[in-house]
Amino acid sequence: MGNAPSAEATSPSSVVVRFAGDSGDGMQLAGIQFTFESALEGYDVATFPDFPAEIRAPRGTLYGVSGFQVRFGQAPILTTGDQIDVLVAMNPAALKRNLHLLKKDGILIVDEDTFNNKRNLQLAGYDQSPLDTLEKQGYRVIRLPITRFVRETLKDSGLPVRTIDRARNIFVLGFLLWLFERNLQEAEKLLQQRFKQSAILQANLQVLRRGYALGETLEKGIPQLRIAVQPGHLPPGKYRTLTGISALALGLLLAQERAQRPLFYASYPITPASDLLHELAQYRRPDVYIIQTEDEISAICACIGAAYGGALAVTATSGPGFSLMAEALGLAVMLELPLVVIDLQRAGPSTGMPTRSEQADLLQALFGRHGEAPLVVLAPATPAENFHIIFQACQIALEHTVPVVVLSDLALAFGAQAWRIPENLNTYPTIRPPLWTNDNDAPYQPYLRTEDGARYLAFPGQPNTIHVLGGLEKKAPEGTVSYDPENHERMIQARRQKVLAVQKRLEPATIETGPEDAPFLLVGWGSTCGVLSSVTRSLNQSGIPVAHVHLRALNPLPPGFSELIQRAQQVIVVEGNTGQLAGWLRMLRLPVHHEIHWTRATVIPERWLHQQIACLLQNPDESPS
Amino acid sequence: MTTSPPTATPTSQPPAKRTLRDYQSDQEPRWCPGCGDYSILKQVQTVLAEENVPPEQVVFISGIGCSSRFPYYMRTYGIHGIHGRAPAIAFGLSVVRPDLSIWIITGDGDGLAIGGNHLFHILRRNPNVQILLFNNEIYGLTKGQYSPTSPLGKVTKSSPWGSPDEPVNPIAFALGSHASFVARTLDRHPTHLKETLRAAMHHRGAAFVEIYQNCNIFNDGAFELYTDKKTQPVHALFLKEGEPMTFGPNNQYVLHWTGTTNQQQEEPFIVFRQDDTPDTLTPFTTRNRHLAWALAWRLHPVSVPVYRRDGTPTEESITLPRPFGIFFQEERPTYQEHLAHQLEKAREHIQPIAQLIQGELTWTVS
Ligand code: SF4
Repeated sequence: MGNAPSAEATSPSSVVVRFAGDSGDGMQLAGIQFTFESALEGYDVATFPDFPAEIRAPRGTLYGVSGFQVRFGQAPILTTGDQIDVLVAMNPAALKRNLHLLKKDGILIVDEDTFNNKRNLQLAGYDQSPLDTLEKQGYRVIRLPITRFVRETLKDSGLPVRTIDRARNIFVLGFLLWLFERNLQEAEKLLQQRFKQSAILQANLQVLRRGYALGETLEKGIPQLRIAVQPGHLPPGKYRTLTGISALALGLLLAQERAQRPLFYASYPITPASDLLHELAQYRRPDVYIIQTEDEISAICACIGAAYGGALAVTATSGPGFSLMAEALGLAVMLELPLVVIDLQRAGPSTGMPTRSEQADLLQALFGRHGEAPLVVLAPATPAENFHIIFQACQIALEHTVPVVVLSDLALAFGAQAWRIPENLNTYPTIRPPLWTNDNDAPYQPYLRTEDGARYLAFPGQPNTIHVLGGLEKKAPEGTVSYDPENHERMIQARRQKVLAVQKRLEPATIETGPEDAPFLLVGWGSTCGVLSSVTRSLNQSGIPVAHVHLRALNPLPPGFSELIQRAQQVIVVEGNTGQLAGWLRMLRLPVHHEIHWTRATVIPERWLHQQIACLLQNPDESPS
Repeated sequence: MTTSPPTATPTSQPPAKRTLRDYQSDQEPRWCPGCGDYSILKQVQTVLAEENVPPEQVVFISGIGCSSRFPYYMRTYGIHGIHGRAPAIAFGLSVVRPDLSIWIITGDGDGLAIGGNHLFHILRRNPNVQILLFNNEIYGLTKGQYSPTSPLGKVTKSSPWGSPDEPVNPIAFALGSHASFVARTLDRHPTHLKETLRAAMHHRGAAFVEIYQNCNIFNDGAFELYTDKKTQPVHALFLKEGEPMTFGPNNQYVLHWTGTTNQQQEEPFIVFRQDDTPDTLTPFTTRNRHLAWALAWRLHPVSVPVYRRDGTPTEESITLPRPFGIFFQEERPTYQEHLAHQLEKAREHIQPIAQLIQGELTWTVS
């Protein structure tokens, strides 16, 4: 379990639990409650949900299986883990879908009742119950008659059977709390917050206690079962759990307040960006406009209009929607208006696999527009980091009058982690766009620039700054239409320099994990950060001197990055596509010696990556990619 | 709006009445000589001057096409956008800046081909904007292809065998999109054009104005029937609120709506002589959606008998006219008003940012 040797199996540094069941079985809720409880006990946590692609798949089918993975333990928890230590399978289909992830000596908790049901077995493609065989293979199978126990516990509740059955997840939760030696009271308090209606609350509390008590009865038979995980190591502070979606929403609200400009967020529903729209839509507040438009083209165009009117304009989308925005992004580059576009990348091309994460939109973000149309590209590395990065994106967009693309992804959107709440929000500075002031009586000219190359902004309503912007090339600084070749050349340079000038405000590139002077350097970006750091640690433990650098800015690259990468003997770029970052670095004449590509649209398996890198560094001529 | 820049009040300009000049930019219009766009530009500037709207409160937003050069010729704020997207750009601006007078300039290609989707949605959402659709039934800027409003069979460079497309009816499109103000006017009828623009400006909500605009290069004379002094009285009907729908050289005919809207099977209009009308004849009103729909389809110059007040046909026959003016208008909340209303309801639930960032469930590690 975790990275710990198996002799310490009952006291590992972290444990991976996956809740799997039918979409209607409440696996997400059980997972979230379990995560909260883990956090309250001082563990670091990381979670990731695994939703079925279908909205209402028939019960018991393989494609209706919903999952929730949580890893808890000693900080830092870098990933949600490749392999599962404890799998909860509420029916045969859930087992079938997830068994390959369970460790060979892992614990399997099943609702035995569903395995006695022929139809359930058939739906999952089993001829007969696989449980006996699994036991023989070394899995530690815990068969609990969950359905029966829950029905019996609630037989006097007066609730209909369907409602009663929906408490099965809470029964499992109770059992897991016992398994991991947790505090029942905390979990009860959490349930009290969750369920307001008293009949349902009472039923759930009863079931929770019953699940916990069942463990105690079982213990007599198998006393070595309980697992005490080592505690925290989190830095002191006040914590909460934070999903990537919430991080983005909160970061935007904070940026609105710090910029003292209206926040205009327009978006068209698309998986997974819809969740950000839902989250933000709750906040109807002064100077915050959350708008659903007729398509992505309209969303980004409305943002351009709002930005012209003085707003902090933001849109979010994924895959196909990002492609639709290309033309308008070019207009925003031309108008030099502040704009933030969040692309929650998913597996493509085309509709691809909408519920799977991929890192394959980098080149589109950098280049996916006609003409020379540079813009700033940032990428958060963890779910919680979305908060910081989106704030930074708003700040750069407004202060440098430039469109900023935030390349987040589905994994970073839905993943959650324990997050230390910033003690002092004032560390997030006031955002000051370059507003034209009439101090010196000079006439306003739309393409007059600041030292950083940003355009001075003026908004409608002011009599002395009347101006028209447009997609046609403009003469600098007065802003009239111009077909002059030299002016065009100057404008291309001005738009380019403006993006490059953003570099000096980015955080310098640093070694994320590993020795500062390591000869081998792993370079990554986006949601692979945890995996890369974790693999770097394990490589270091095996004596391979490798360090990990992670890019949060892709255009411009952070200060110090090119020095760092040029110093290394061997540079290995690892990414979830067929080499987009590697290609971009090469275009910038930076050294890339090896590339490792992962294109299965899943989290990169740590063990696989470890082997790839180890093999590559030991036999540099036999590149695995 | 607490954080938008201070809005200019008329005190920022000398109190003297503004003139058309105050709205003219220093850019020389580059439309073809004789293009109908000139007349529209002039009437827009005239209306703004007559209404004394501060130029800094006005924004013109256009897409792509001949007409979309319009913002460059106005001394107001403006954006020359991308093809078909002016409504979307204007919509965003209108949400954050309800204080501004926002005008969308589009054409039959820009607004009804590539941008049809956005036009449809801005109309139903009803933000407070004016939408001027310059209809010349042709693509001018790309040099003469058939447009969504070109008649079936129209021979152009891209349709040497005649356009195979059934044309769109802009007025019916707007009515079908639940527009709250729908009007049609003509470049060559300056007074009618100006008064229609004025009404659009005063309308609270999205005002849609189709303007017949002559493209003298690629589609000259497309609307001559309605603009020529000789044919106009017979072929054009000018709608006036509360008045009978009269037309003809001496206004001697009255169009009467039979109350049906089915233009396929049966013409829903009959014609009386002014001096021989039934007493029950109802005047035109912009408040009747069904009448507006019937008038929207009153397009083709078919010949019908003139009726007596007793309902019997005379020997005389007359060509049915095409209507101009405000077809339909209704008061309903604007998009901005809906948002403002929601904000009122939400007020008690608003939490400070710091509290939201903290969330509901926290724990402390010491
Ligand atoms: S091509 Fe036609 S519409 Fe365009 S400017 Fe010339 S006359 Fe006007």
